[in-house]
Amino acid sequence: MADKVLEVAHLEKFYGKKHVLHDINFSVDQGEVVTLLGPSGSGKSTLIRCLNGLETYQKGTITFEGQKIVPTEKNWQQLRQKIGMVFQSYDLFPNLTVMDNILLGPTKVQKQDKQAARQEAERLLASVELSDYANAYPRELSGGQAQRVAIVRALALHPDFMLFDEVTASLDPEMVRGVLNIIEGLADQDNMTMIVVTHEMNFAKQIADRVLFLQDGEILEQTSSKQFFSNPQTSRAKEFLDSMDF
Amino acid sequence: MSWAIIQQSLPMFGKGFELTLWLSFVGIIGSIVVGLICSLVQYFRVPVFRQIASVYVEISRNTPLLIQLFFLYYAFPVLGIKFGAQLCGIIGLIFLGGSYMAEGFTGGFNGVSKSQVESGKAIGLSRWQLARYVVFPQGFSLSVPAMAANVIFLIKETSIFTVIAIPELTNTALDLIGMYYRSNEYLFVLVIAYAIILVPLSIILTLLEKRVRYGTFGN
Ligand SMILES: Nc1ncnc2c1ncn2[C@@H]1O[C@H](COP(=O)(O)OP(=O)(O)O)[C@@H](O)[C@H]1O
Ligand SMILES: [Mg+2]
Repeated sequence: MADKVLEVAHLEKFYGKKHVLHDINFSVDQGEVVTLLGPSGSGKSTLIRCLNGLETYQKGTITFEGQKIVPTEKNWQQLRQKIGMVFQSYDLFPNLTVMDNILLGPTKVQKQDKQAARQEAERLLASVELSDYANAYPRELSGGQAQRVAIVRALALHPDFMLFDEVTASLDPEMVRGVLNIIEGLADQDNMTMIVVTHEMNFAKQIADRVLFLQDGEILEQTSSKQFFSNPQTSRAKEFLDSMDF
Repeated sequence: MSWAIIQQSLPMFGKGFELTLWLSFVGIIGSIVVGLICSLVQYFRVPVFRQIASVYVEISRNTPLLIQLFFLYYAFPVLGIKFGAQLCGIIGLIFLGGSYMAEGFTGGFNGVSKSQVESGKAIGLSRWQLARYVVFPQGFSLSVPAMAANVIFLIKETSIFTVIAIPELTNTALDLIGMYYRSNEYLFVLVIAYAIILVPLSIILTLLEKRVRYGTFGN
């Protein structure tokens, strides 16, 4: 049996009185790619933001690498070095160069040696074909370039687990492929464990080992990618796939 | 309008000019220091100090400088605390300006977007590191326009010092008018004197605003 990297049990989340996540249960194995699909507003962002402590949850447990997480801000701060996250809005720090954006985590959070961290950052930048932009400021980059830097910034900490929240949703169409390729490379070559929220169905179909289908804060389906795309079990999932046009 | 009268008054205005500049300078530096302390205490939610800071800001923002000066100059001596007029002026100006500066800095810190803060958290930055590398650099840049407005505002407020007889520019002009009844000439010099301070300063501050917008955020 594969090692479980992440286990979520009976997770419940409320925004005030609004119940947005209902009894969420799932786990992710080492090296597994899980895509989280569902209509807008179904709670995908809320769920993955719970997994790195950006949202609090009211009930349930999250277990990471065999340790049940005690959800204090201090603990999350440590865990975020292991659980990387990239957002739709990429949000590079506009006051820092690309290189300094990337180095902030390794040198300040992890206190890595500056020279070694810089070499690693250069290697990562080269891998996303942005070597020439090390000294550029974020506002000089296109959306696609900025998102690639944001991914590198997360990877520079050498996380064990990655969360991607609709990272191509705000990009121009011609920029999307480049970013998806990087995520595919991570999955295939680096065997990275990850949860990917995306509206790119062809990409989801190709990259996912398993699909979680979320609707109104509930996991309605949790099956292999093959099964989900060829033979969804619930009518809601069928409707969703039909509406996605791919 | 008589040029001779203007000319004769210039040495006195010169002294007033220097004093206005000096009081403004000390008052602005002091206000920035007080404002920075208050905004940091509020940003880091330091217990007790944070409440003190917000009470101070409320009092300072909601009372006129004129009343603050009367208090310092006339009421405090009754309690056995006595300052000279100039010290009263400086304390009053800092008391007033500190809250304006605090609100300017706080506005800048709050202007840094939530998604920037979350991106910082997502790479494991601690609260202090987040402040140091993300929120403060961006927040200070964002607060520059408010700071610039405050600087101009505080310089103009020094004209109120005349009520406690500090011989700054306005006081000099009013004194001369009282003595020689030549209001046209003296008010003319007064306006020019303030313009000499404020117009170039305001141009410099506008340039600074442009620079931080395009400067610290890369160019
Ligand atoms: N900060 C918030 N406060 C209140 N409700 C929120 C907040 N963020 C999200 N929600 C609500 O929670 C639900 C799930 O939102 P979200 O996780 O963003 O969905 P998705 O990412 O699937 O589009 C939605 O109904 C949304 O309106
Ligand atoms: Mg979302």
